[in-house]
Amino acid sequence: MTSAPAIEAVSLTKRFGAFTAVDSVSFEVSRGEIFGYLGANGAGKSTTIRMLIGLLAPTAGRAVVAGRDVTREPEAVKAAIGYMSQRFSLYLDLPVRENLRFFGGAYGLWGRELQARAEEVLELTGLAEHRDTVTGELPGGIRQRLALGSAVLHRPSVVFLDEPTAGVDPLARRGFWRLIRDLARGGTTVFVTTHYLDEAEYCRRIGLMVDGRLVALDTPLALKRTWVPDRVLVARGRALGEAASALRALDGVHAVEPFGAGLHVRVDPSRWDADGVRAALAGRGGVDVSVDETEASLEDVFLSVVGRTAQGAEEAGP
Amino acid sequence: MEPAIRAAGMAKRFGAVAALDGLSFQVVAGELYGLVGPDAAGKTTAIRALSGLLDLDAGEARVMGLDPRGSGEVRELLGLLPQQYSLYRDLSVWENLQFFARLYVLPRDVFRRRAERLLAITRLERFVDRRADALSGGMYKKLALAAALLHEPRVLLLDEPTNGVDPVSRRELWALLHEFVQGGMAVLISTPYMDEAERCDRVGLAYRGRLLQEGTPADLLAAFDEEAFEVFGGDRDKVEAVLSGLPEVRAVSPAGSRLRVDLSRGGRERATLALAPLGAELRPVAPSFEDLFLSRLLREAS
Repeated sequence: MTSAPAIEAVSLTKRFGAFTAVDSVSFEVSRGEIFGYLGANGAGKSTTIRMLIGLLAPTAGRAVVAGRDVTREPEAVKAAIGYMSQRFSLYLDLPVRENLRFFGGAYGLWGRELQARAEEVLELTGLAEHRDTVTGELPGGIRQRLALGSAVLHRPSVVFLDEPTAGVDPLARRGFWRLIRDLARGGTTVFVTTHYLDEAEYCRRIGLMVDGRLVALDTPLALKRTWVPDRVLVARGRALGEAASALRALDGVHAVEPFGAGLHVRVDPSRWDADGVRAALAGRGGVDVSVDETEASLEDVFLSVVGRTAQGAEEAGP
Repeated sequence: MEPAIRAAGMAKRFGAVAALDGLSFQVVAGELYGLVGPDAAGKTTAIRALSGLLDLDAGEARVMGLDPRGSGEVRELLGLLPQQYSLYRDLSVWENLQFFARLYVLPRDVFRRRAERLLAITRLERFVDRRADALSGGMYKKLALAAALLHEPRVLLLDEPTNGVDPVSRRELWALLHEFVQGGMAVLISTPYMDEAERCDRVGLAYRGRLLQEGTPADLLAAFDEEAFEVFGGDRDKVEAVLSGLPEVRAVSPAGSRLRVDLSRGGRERATLALAPLGAELRPVAPSFEDLFLSRLLREAS
């Protein structure tokens, strides 16, 4: 049975009154995969997760997680998975080790097994030196690692992480993703939502939701090729406002969007390259910016998918 | 002329911890100032002091020349979006905005016009009738931001306003902020997103309650004299495993499908040698703000 997917959703649907939060979503996640689930706020990501972990009954469709049907055996699903929510709950007035003991107990671990497992998790999450620290005194990034540690104490085969890195600084985010990837290498399936599209690059595959529907699902590279067939240039410099207006006026320039301190410029690859755009800008009285070729980012993909789907181009794929 | 926001030697201890340790900066009207830094840098404490929610041990916090703890006048001038924000959870999106409009005594037509515009920008129009407690974390945040902008304050303080906000809304909110700033608003924003820090007029890099560096993003980057690299070729996981074992490697992170590497001085040669057997090579790229941030923090921490 090693080929059975860790997560299988078939036409999974959730309606709240007249509002369809999740609209016939189907996908599979294989074992040990890091699967990213992206979408705008309110697109239905958290509702999907809540159905997959047996917290919310689907209106229609079905899902099997870790070999159990979420509608028929929600309790078995809850025992087999780990879950870290957007607003994860730790007891802030308890020391780190007490939090682990509490959550371990909630998952049915006790005695020597709990003790041993708590030690392993302290090592895994790099929290051994903080074991006696009162949780509320730890910075947010470390608390986040503890929350993940608490969610994997009972060795779940699948973990669901709902925006685990929101508000975490770049340094702490790197540490957190190292941990996620260690878990996946150990065979744990990771289902993760995030708005940080740079870290979504670590996912093997990514699903993208718009208004309750799963509109794209593929590897990061394939998503870029499909959704951003344009050539992507980056413009940097001081005269960006001027450059943006000049670029938008050019035929075959499809989009000009701020990206970090510069601009991402998407152009028709048969008409423009970096040299051509540079020359065109120089022709306009020398706008003082540099222009280089770059790779499409997942943010370019996200904007392209959301933009095209929201423009009413219902089934119009790329 | 008195700046819109003035922090002068702000100091505040909580027990043994100095949350603010002589923090000073100024923001003028029509300027967007970013306070960036890791956890415990003092960003939130600084914003609380400037909104008059905290007594300082030493130093001064001033908004339009006024002590924010004092007059009711400051409340009219100031918009605040704290990290922990309380909306009425049993009221709908529209009702929450109506409540804030009443608080600031906005005429009905002004309220309607501004509310509709803010709801469009935050993409909350479809959810006007939804109760606040049924909103996702990001939507809740956007509603809170809309509420803080309703009275079009002259000074806006935002404590990590885009945490949990999706990339499309994030862009739109930034466009909105730039628009307000062009209209003369002074905005102080704290953020852990380095791409957002790059979009501020000026940035202060805070660490342990004081500023390490301050300037325009372009000037700070121009003065940054370290190199950043991307790895071309090779298997990403194998490359990362090898790089993680080298002491000169400060940070490895994905940059698109490639890896971006921050090296301490003189690390290039060694990393190049280590990568060669994997068929991978380092190529220098323009340093980003995140490179600068990581480099400064790791230097401070060691």
